[in-house]
Parts: sequence; C-alpha cells; structure tokens
Amino acid sequence: MSAQSVMTPSEAVYQGIKDACIDFIVSVPCANLKELIPMVDSDPDIIHVPVTREEEGVGICAGAYMGGKRPAMLMQNSGLGNSINALASLDILYGIPLLMIMSHRGVEGEPIVAQLPMGQLTAPLLETLDIPYFLPESKQDATDMIVTAMDDAFNRKSPVAVLLPIPFWRQA
Amino acid sequence: MKRMDAISEIAEKAADSNALLVGNIGIPCKELHQTCDIPNNFYMLGSMGLASSIGLGLALSLPEKKVIAIDGDGSVLMNMGSLATIAWQAPDNYLLVIIDNGAYGSTGNQPTATSQGTDLARVAEGAGNLKVYDTDSKKGLKKILQETDNGIIIVRTLPGNAEVPNIKMSPEEIIKRFMAEASRPSSSV
Repeated sequence: MSAQSVMTPSEAVYQGIKDACIDFIVSVPCANLKELIPMVDSDPDIIHVPVTREEEGVGICAGAYMGGKRPAMLMQNSGLGNSINALASLDILYGIPLLMIMSHRGVEGEPIVAQLPMGQLTAPLLETLDIPYFLPESKQDATDMIVTAMDDAFNRKSPVAVLLPIPFWRQA
Repeated sequence: MKRMDAISEIAEKAADSNALLVGNIGIPCKELHQTCDIPNNFYMLGSMGLASSIGLGLALSLPEKKVIAIDGDGSVLMNMGSLATIAWQAPDNYLLVIIDNGAYGSTGNQPTATSQGTDLARVAEGAGNLKVYDTDSKKGLKKILQETDNGIIIVRTLPGNAEVPNIKMSPEEIIKRFMAEASRPSSSV
C-alpha cells in the first residue's frame, strides 16, 4: 500500500504544498477546505493569513512574492469572481506568480443551487484570463500537480490554478 | 493641507528610514513619483483597493524591513476588510497611511462616504487596530511619523490633484527595481 492510499484528500493536497515549498498562504474557507486550513495554520514553516475576500488575498500574496515568498491561496471557486480585476491588473500586469488551490463547487454532486453558475463559469473564466489550470483526479495527481503548477506559476510569472472538484474531496 | 504635501512627508519618512513604500493607484502614485522616485517605491498602477494588502504581504514576509503603504479613502472603502486582516496580523514593521480627502480624486473628485460622515479612524479602531492616529495638519503628520513605525494614520487633506506627469516606467521595470531593493539585506543599509 502506498503512502498516498492511506492519505486523506486534504493530506495529499498538504503534501503537495510542502513538496512545492509553499511558505505563504492566504485562505478563505470552503467546507472542503476544513481539514486543510488547520494543517496549514499549524505549520511553523508557513505564514498563514486568513483573509476577508479573495481579491484581498491576491494583493497580500503579491506583496509576499515581492518579499521573496512562494505564495498560494486556498479558496473556493466562487472567489475567482471576487478576484478577477486583481488577477489581471496586478498579477498579470506586473508578472507576479500565484498558485490558486481551488475547491471547485457547483459541479458533480453539488447540493447547493447557488454554486452552479460559478461552477460552470470557473474553467471558461480561467481560459479567458489565460490562466492555466490543472485537474487532478487522484490524490497522487493532486500532490504532483501542485508542485508542477507552482513551478509553472514561477516560470510564467502569472497566476496558475489547481481545481479540486467535489468528487476529489469525497474519495477514500 | 494638500495631498501632495502629505505624500511628501510620507516619502521623506520612507527614504530616511529605508522603508519599502507602496504607492496608491492613480494620481497619488504620480505625485509620489514626482516627489521622490527611489527604488524603495512600488507604484501600484491598477488593482484599486489593494495597496494596504500589498503592504501587509510585504511586512509579513520581510519582518526585518520597515514597510509603509499609502492608501486613500475611496480605496479603503473598496477593501475595508483589509483593516480587519491588518488588525489580526498586526505586524510591528507595518505603517498604513490613509490619505482621506473625501473624494475620488483621480476620476473627477466625486464625493466618497467619508465626506458624508464615515470616520475611517473609528472604522480602523472598530476593526481591531490598537494604534490609530488621526490628523489634518502637516505638522501633526510629521510628529506622528517621527513617533511610530507601525499602526494606521488617517490624514485628512483637501481634495484636488497636483499637476504631475505620468510615470514612464513600465510595470516590469517598476517591479524589477523594487524587488531588487526589497531583497537587499537590511544590514547593508
């Protein structure tokens, strides 16, 4: 049995965060992030800043990057809508990397109708913004793709997203 | 007091104390550029509302450096949650100066809510910030800037813009020069 198979989905994401040497995280909660956020918060090697709105998080992460950190944002995909001007007129304008680790709601298995519009708009919005996104299926994928996505963000000097849909969080 | 006078005082403090300085969107950035263009300055050309957030990210990442952000009333009203996040993190190397002229100066001086009674000093206090200063004079601002390297200052000025040229640096040039300065060890200054 591999280490991955005994990990929870949250632990697999956390492992990716560690492997990617992410040392600065802002977060806005999602029910699917409820295990992950405390792991990040208690990690002495990660500065964790809970923020009030994702757009604010983009600004804080931009400052952290300019201060030499490797920043990421834990968020729900609804927060992509709250961030677009900052992603464009700050990160894309100046060439600032950011990894967005996104709980992707409003997809298969979604119980809340209000999540559906942004659920459907998330990938097209990222494409319009020319922000690459990764779609891990397994826990191993998530660990690996977070590392690749972070490298991509720094190589491209732009935001990159990893989308983690409802079925990802429900796997054993 | 004019906004340009307040910006000059803040820029002088930043230069003297070798602080990193985040300038706010629009004409305030141009006024800063005109007053004192040094590598410590980051000119935020877009992303209205995020000057205080960028400053917070810098301060948390570089605890050995001093960081100052210049914000405006219209911008703070757009990202008021930032005042709560700053209160929560409260880095002791971070000073936020909010220049409140009661107007959206860069877009034609339309009134903001602060011209109608919103008190940003009380908002900042209510958000949980322990050190909040309030002044409407150049002398008062100078004194506060001499006194502290952290907290939040609300400085009330007249609406209106100085006649200043555009910033000619590209965004790439702005960030490259700023990051070279930010990464310099503090001991070498």
